[in-house]
Amino acid sequence: MGKSLFQKVWDSHRVGTLGDGRTQLFIGTHLIHEVTSPQAFGMLRDLGLKVKFPQRTFATIDHIVPTINQDQPADPLAAEMIDAIRKNCDDFGVTYFDLKSGKQGIVHVVGPEQGITQPGTTIACGDSHTATHGAFGAIAFGIGTSQVRDVLATQTIALEEMKVRRIEVNGGLRPGVYAKDVILHIIRLLGANGGIGYAYEYAGDVFDRMSMEERMTVCNMSIEGGARCGYVNPDAKTIAYLQGRPYVDNTNFDATAARWLSFASDADAVFDDIVKINAADIEPTVTWGISPDAGISITETIPDPLKAKTPEEKASIEEALAYMKLPGGTPIQGVKIDVAFIGSCTNGRISDFREVAKYIQGHKVAAGVQAIAVPGSQIVAIQCEQEGIPQIFRDAGFEWRAAGCSMCLAMNPDKLIGDQLCASSSNRNFKGRQGSPTGRTILMSPVMVAAAAIKGHITDARELFDLSDSAAVA
Amino acid sequence: MALEPVKQVTGTGVFIPGADIDTDRIIPARFMKCVTFDGLGEFAFHDVRFDSETGEKTQHPLNDERFKDASILIAGVNFGCGSSREHAPQSLRKYGFNAVIAESFAEIFYGNSTTLAMPCVMATAADIAALRTAVEAKPDTRITIDLEKMTVRTCCDLEFPVKMPESAREALVSGRWDPIQELIDNDAAINERAKALHYV
Ligand code: SF4
Repeated sequence: MGKSLFQKVWDSHRVGTLGDGRTQLFIGTHLIHEVTSPQAFGMLRDLGLKVKFPQRTFATIDHIVPTINQDQPADPLAAEMIDAIRKNCDDFGVTYFDLKSGKQGIVHVVGPEQGITQPGTTIACGDSHTATHGAFGAIAFGIGTSQVRDVLATQTIALEEMKVRRIEVNGGLRPGVYAKDVILHIIRLLGANGGIGYAYEYAGDVFDRMSMEERMTVCNMSIEGGARCGYVNPDAKTIAYLQGRPYVDNTNFDATAARWLSFASDADAVFDDIVKINAADIEPTVTWGISPDAGISITETIPDPLKAKTPEEKASIEEALAYMKLPGGTPIQGVKIDVAFIGSCTNGRISDFREVAKYIQGHKVAAGVQAIAVPGSQIVAIQCEQEGIPQIFRDAGFEWRAAGCSMCLAMNPDKLIGDQLCASSSNRNFKGRQGSPTGRTILMSPVMVAAAAIKGHITDARELFDLSDSAAVA
Repeated sequence: MALEPVKQVTGTGVFIPGADIDTDRIIPARFMKCVTFDGLGEFAFHDVRFDSETGEKTQHPLNDERFKDASILIAGVNFGCGSSREHAPQSLRKYGFNAVIAESFAEIFYGNSTTLAMPCVMATAADIAALRTAVEAKPDTRITIDLEKMTVRTCCDLEFPVKMPESAREALVSGRWDPIQELIDNDAAINERAKALHYV
């Protein structure tokens, strides 16, 4: 009987079984950022412990970094957090990609970019979107701060083994349908809690054809579907992406690559569950509510509470509509927006900006809409500069910013005001997520955000732009 | 590091309505600008407890005087979904909660809470509805979560079974909810594993 990638990685990183029955799992790569790490270093100091493998932890700052002038923390609290991570990395000998390094950015953009993210490894970070790194065939998941402490002190954590659900998407995606739509569609089908207890293996033609960046977009939002980790099996694209990157062993590359590929799920691997989805059924998808599984295709209408099947469903639709200030039973197209945000660890990579730049030339952001574009890392920003992308965005009326998480969760100065509605390429539409307790979020692909920005309301990008040659895998 | 076993939690409860209560709701991101967890308690559920325009207290159950001493939180499905921020269970802990009873929990929240000795037990929708009714009729209803018998009972006749993963139960009742010492004790095995890995 064959093994899945999950089982191979799990077995090769298992240190032993703990008294409570959980596995003590070795964490190959540990990523940290300024929000969830200072308390962990504090705990370490309180216990008088050292960092066991300092060379296996990598740090950067992303959540609170201002995007207008990166060097100017918004307030003393933000400055204190930046000082804390600098000092902690210094004191404990941890590699830190600071603002001046030219490598700073959202931790889930930086890891792959530097070649720190590698197949067949375990990757942990005090951040739930760590699942992003699963795109490389790693078992990557978010952990709490006490576990950040555990990894720093022992390079291990206590963890319960997950089940594995294989999600196969086969067939051809239609023009104008992107990786973001694929994952929003999956979450809509399986629910925001459908993945609890599971690792998701994404397989089938659609993922085989996707670029590494598209795979990252999908794996990134595994957690919005309740799955703590999601992965795609490593293949030739994975290898090609990693070759030559700074933290890859480029001297023995062929041997390394062969080892990486050996982690892919065996053809006769057994899964706890298999879900099959037809690619042609996926449409450009947007959310309408306050949970990422509240998704509909752009051509559909907002759910009507009167048509709910159960009293619970009715109550939950009503709660969402009341918060979103949207009328049930009407088309989602035409809903007015105030802000458009392109960025985040879901869709803040070079391919996202390239794709949008292809279509916005000759268009202008609608009057009254604030549109901001935030590259996911300094390296993405530099790449964009080299290709003349910022000017294209500026000409279309976007503000072009510096690297960071920005309005994805608004811990920096980029926030919604009052009940502003934001068309966003990020990953969460929870109440208050984008910085205002009454702010509203509609999730969608970057090209759909751009279309909404230009029209001033939610619209079908396929009609506004000619998407027949869209970069999404056909 | 000997830890206190957690075999039972007793206290009064408060029901917080809604499914998929996420960690942004439990502790809004702007309150995470801190380098310690101290002081997070007062911000638990902040944006639903206070009106964003007037700053005044809302109708939220945590603002209800009758539930001000509650130490057991009662909720619906997928409680604690969203981010991995330990700030969420930390803020509940510092607010004064010692346990959560819900229909289901998000995984990372669940693990974080166990490590903070705050048991999270799962009950059926019907049992949670009955407990809610009991608590709202009589806010001083004493609730006991018994992790040895895996039941919840109240002073007043209500009793129902609850579930939690065996590893979490075992960790709590045997005083191993914070695994750090046990992880450290296995140092030799960690080194061996590291040596066997091609990339370490
Ligand atoms: S971009 Fe958003 S989701 Fe990603 S790490 Fe930053 S805050 Fe979290």
